[in-house]
Amino acid sequence: MKKIWSWGALVFGLLYFTLPLIGMTNFSLKMRRGEYSFDAYQKVFADPRFQETFTYSVMQALFTIIFGVLLVVPTAYWVRLKLPRLRPVIEFITLLPLVIPAIVIVFGYIRLYNTSSWLPLTGSLTGTNILLMFGYATLALPYMYRAVDTGLRTIDVATLTEAAQSLGAGWATILAKIILPNVLVAVLSGAFLTFAIVIGEFTMAALLNRPAFGPYMQLLGANRAYEPAALAVIAFGITWGCLGLIQLVSRFQKSAPPKA
Amino acid sequence: MSFLSLTSIKKSFGPVQVVHDFNMNIEKGEFVSFLGPSGCGKTTVLRMIAGFETPTSGKIVINGKDQNALKPNQRNIGMVFQAYALFPNMNVHDNVAFGLKVAGTDKSEIDARVKQMLGLIKLEHLADRFPYQLSGGQQQRVALARAIAVKPQVLLLDEPLSALDAKIRVSLREEIRQIQQQLGITTVFVTHDQEEALSISDRIVVMNAGRADQIGTPFEIYNTPSTRFVASFVGTLSIIEGKVADPAAGAVTIGNQQIALKDPISGMKGGDSISLALRPEAGSIAEGAKGDTALAGEVVSTSFLGSVIRTRLRVGGDVISFDMFNNPGVAPPVSGDNVTLRFAAKDLLVIRE
Ligand SMILES: Nc1ncnc2c1ncn2[C@@H]1O[C@H](COP(=O)(O)OP(=O)(O)O)[C@@H](O)[C@H]1O
Ligand SMILES: [Mg+2]
Repeated sequence: MKKIWSWGALVFGLLYFTLPLIGMTNFSLKMRRGEYSFDAYQKVFADPRFQETFTYSVMQALFTIIFGVLLVVPTAYWVRLKLPRLRPVIEFITLLPLVIPAIVIVFGYIRLYNTSSWLPLTGSLTGTNILLMFGYATLALPYMYRAVDTGLRTIDVATLTEAAQSLGAGWATILAKIILPNVLVAVLSGAFLTFAIVIGEFTMAALLNRPAFGPYMQLLGANRAYEPAALAVIAFGITWGCLGLIQLVSRFQKSAPPKA
Repeated sequence: MSFLSLTSIKKSFGPVQVVHDFNMNIEKGEFVSFLGPSGCGKTTVLRMIAGFETPTSGKIVINGKDQNALKPNQRNIGMVFQAYALFPNMNVHDNVAFGLKVAGTDKSEIDARVKQMLGLIKLEHLADRFPYQLSGGQQQRVALARAIAVKPQVLLLDEPLSALDAKIRVSLREEIRQIQQQLGITTVFVTHDQEEALSISDRIVVMNAGRADQIGTPFEIYNTPSTRFVASFVGTLSIIEGKVADPAAGAVTIGNQQIALKDPISGMKGGDSISLALRPEAGSIAEGAKGDTALAGEVVSTSFLGSVIRTRLRVGGDVISFDMFNNPGVAPPVSGDNVTLRFAAKDLLVIRE
């Protein structure tokens, strides 16, 4: 009897998640009357604005990842090494972006960095791009920090640092040659999550008025019928691709040894 | 001037002082062990030499140079840790090469030096392995090679053998000693294992609660312990509590038995408490055993250690351990037996502290 209930719950859950997806995919294939086709996808891929916004968002994602790694790896390392008692505090701070809406963050940015402020980032395109990248890095912070911190837990940070120091290494060498290579898998999974977040983000890009993929999806959705469905399937595919890559690299890590 | 000198070193963590006025002079090429129970401050002193901790006060000089202002990566000190601490992302070759690369050594020179080091630890054939593919003993030998590859002024080893099993512990300690002598590296070796310290050191510092209780050769430390702590920690000396009966005659009462020491007891009067120590190999219960002194007691337990049998004997309020060689023709005593332990009065040490 109990079994029937749990199977029932499982089937219900699966339907709840998959039906809309199936419906959307089905719809996206129906642009040509009376038969299935990839017309909607062709239209999307052929749209220069798709290419433009997608490229823009990919570039933003890459810069966000680089910035995030440079910010998070040394910070998480330093906190573990020198300020272990501050770890809960830092962890709390990195969680803030989850509870503060993106719109609040971006309004704060616009207030702080507008053209009449001490650092007029919004005054130029490059400045705005950088600001948007900072915003993305903030949104990705909870995931990036957690991934790196978990990665650091698998190595004996303090002893490895001392071993390297006694061999003459300075901080930069230790970070680049010892710490980063040992948390690379964790960094990669953080990077894929960051990628997925940046590709789908709407609020910040829209309010800063940058040609990103998120606002483009919204624009298309408001004006077309079949193409938005196709775009949603594509975006969904990218996200799941990222999650799959995370799985792949963590499996790669599992085949590597437990640290003695 | 000695090669490595520690002068009046003190160290406190917050309100807790863990090292009290530590003084030590180590000669070039000498192998010195810090021996003491867990928590007595051995690691802390070692870490101050390496520069990972700053002394609260005192001076550390290596080769005439004050180290206080130098960072750990400026001191050129080799360090071997209990947990091996090999870099998991590098193979054996790269681990050993790390310090040389940091120093900017030529590639050809690095390769030659790494090869030489791996030859020294007899692991040339494992140069491409990663740490997780090595046994504990192999990892620790690589860690040793990595530490000495950069020709450090001083080599520091913090309980490097504690994580290994008994057989490897013995063979590796001999290997460490042999490599140390071959290269003439000034070495400080931390251990809580008295046998380890006795077997490989030129000199031993016995540490107790942040102080150096006694500094001396293994022979001195073992045979003439200067404090009760050293006596009980080094070797398996038995401490016997007695009362002075007649200081001039050197007579001491233990329980209800009286014995005479070799010499008169200075600075004590009749009725004072006195602590005596006896090494396990000094006494015998065999028929016709030699010795001018005898104590009767009851066997508490015996343990068979292979070539020797260690027996514990209750005498008065104390338990005295003594060893006898295994003899297949003679059965060891069993608990409850009443026996007489004979030994020479000169083997009974008076412990003053
Ligand atoms: N970083 C530290 N902070 C506070 N107390 C410490 C620190 N390091 C060591 N201690 C204390 O100092 C004492 C000596 O420790 P340690 O030198 O590690 O002893 P040993 O190596 O002889 O076992 C211990 O009581 C330990 O708790
Ligand atoms: Mg220790």
